[in-house]
Amino acid sequence: MIVECQHVTKRFEGRVVVDDLELEVSAGECFGLLGPNGAGKTTTLKMIYGVTAPSEGSIRVFGVDVVRDPRTVRKRLGVTLQENALMEVLSPVDNLRVFGRYHLLSESEIESRIEYLLDFLELRSHADLPVQALSGGFQRRLSIALSLMNQPELLILDEPTTGLDPAVRLSLWSRVGELRAQGTTVLLTTHYMEEAERLCDRLVILAEGRVLVEGAPKELIRRHLARDALEIEQDPVRHGPVMAALPGVKTQQAGRRLMLYADDGAALLQAAERAGADHAGLHLRPTNLEDVFLALTGTGLEGGA
Amino acid sequence: MIVSPRHALSVWKRNFALYRRTWKLNLLPNFFEPILYLVSMGIGVGAYIQEMGGTSYVAFIAPGLVAVAAMNGASFEVTYNAFVRMNFDKTYESMLTTPIQPEDVLAGEVLWAMSRATIYGGCFLLVIAAMGLVSPGRALIALPLVPLTGLLFAAIGIAFSLRIPNIDLFSFYFTLFLMPLFLFSDVFFPLQERLSGVWLYVAEALPLLHPVRLMRAAFAGHASAMVFWDLAYIAALALALLLVAARITRRRLMG
Ligand SMILES: Nc1ncnc2c1ncn2[C@@H]1O[C@H](COP(=O)(O)OP(=O)(O)OP(=O)(O)O)[C@@H](O)[C@H]1O
Ligand SMILES: [Mg+2]
Repeated sequence: MIVECQHVTKRFEGRVVVDDLELEVSAGECFGLLGPNGAGKTTTLKMIYGVTAPSEGSIRVFGVDVVRDPRTVRKRLGVTLQENALMEVLSPVDNLRVFGRYHLLSESEIESRIEYLLDFLELRSHADLPVQALSGGFQRRLSIALSLMNQPELLILDEPTTGLDPAVRLSLWSRVGELRAQGTTVLLTTHYMEEAERLCDRLVILAEGRVLVEGAPKELIRRHLARDALEIEQDPVRHGPVMAALPGVKTQQAGRRLMLYADDGAALLQAAERAGADHAGLHLRPTNLEDVFLALTGTGLEGGA
Repeated sequence: MIVSPRHALSVWKRNFALYRRTWKLNLLPNFFEPILYLVSMGIGVGAYIQEMGGTSYVAFIAPGLVAVAAMNGASFEVTYNAFVRMNFDKTYESMLTTPIQPEDVLAGEVLWAMSRATIYGGCFLLVIAAMGLVSPGRALIALPLVPLTGLLFAAIGIAFSLRIPNIDLFSFYFTLFLMPLFLFSDVFFPLQERLSGVWLYVAEALPLLHPVRLMRAAFAGHASAMVFWDLAYIAALALALLLVAARITRRRLMG
């Protein structure tokens, strides 16, 4: 087991932020932590790499107690922080060099690692410009490169693709795939359900520090909702009659959008039309992880901190 | 946790890598500051003073200004710069994703502040040696006092930085703490001759007084038993503050 959290609770000034968390990540796996803002994802990661101690419970990483021996654990893992922390007046190469020294790599190891990472994360074109002159996508790739300087066995990515354009995101997804093919275990957080579905073997959805569900993305969808989702975009006053005409159908509502779930999508579509749903606003699609996420964590903002 | 020297050194190297990029911008103002005082006070005011402490006025203030240069070099680094690294640039947060521990960060920063102190104090020492205000041999004896002064003010400054919530409070540190030290620590006039009774002992609390007195002894080439008291004061205060700072650093960096 690469990561084992047992009964982990974290309190900040008495407020419970992570609540009795049980979590296991096995070697070679890509594991996702999902959950709304403030759910406790970053706090969980910080406890796992040993920069915040749990208030209760124990965490072992590579079989080592991370509270007792954080140096040993952190030697073997890499972390991309939620917010980039780069030396803006220095070049990407200098940033990588400084980071290599944090890991006590020899100067020749550092140079060969930099050569590899400049290609791997497509940084070579601007390798010698000051970081502050580079785009958000470039800076993010550099942040990820920093966390790979020590060839980590476990890579921790806190919202690796937030704010990135689709091309950069796709390219990062394939890099994660390559790392996994080399045997790297990946632990990530994300707000993009598509990303989680594409990358994660298993994931948990957290809310207010508690695990709501755990499983493979496909399995979670199957377990919680029917196969097809019908979206109806219409004046919210029309939602009521549609729902009333379709008793027993699982629904959820987010403003103008009403979502209905059934295993037979075509039949559901017809039934919704008969019930008076707005024709122009109908869209039938397979149920995805986002539906599950919303069903579990709610579509409103009232619960968010 | 015990400091790992190699990790502390990697923190030092990080600061050095940045300094290399901007050293010209940084060095010049700091380099000129003590020279300006030396010229204005030493040669300008000094023209009206026959002698002080048995020498010309410019020779009287020169050793104190070396200590001041070291104090300033270290102070800036552990106040504004360290505060920005901790609270805005997330530098320490990023260091702590590697095997580096909070104590290594603290040790690296203090070492770096001592290096900055040595750069400024050392340059100034060269200048006044070139002006003939100190012999090369005695300048060499004075040299180790420069990083020692740096250590003392690195410890004081970092202990302050770790406790304040807001960067604006540094103006208090500079104008209400360092500035009075600069003016009243034996640099410009023999403090002890202006004081009497219990004040003589109270003045011993001033941190800058001790490096200045040591520096004066090195320049003059003769020392009294007072040297031991000055060295003990510096070592004890620096050590005590660093132990406090280590505890706060761990708490601040490991929420
Ligand atoms: N050092 C701290 N002191 C006090 N409260 C904290 C601290 N760090 C985090 N919290 C609180 O803990 C809760 C969980 O924060 P955390 O950053 O882990 O959430 P998250 O799931 O990563 O959210 P996001 O998706 O916005 O990044 C939040 O309510 C946050 O305000
Ligand atoms: Mg977060």
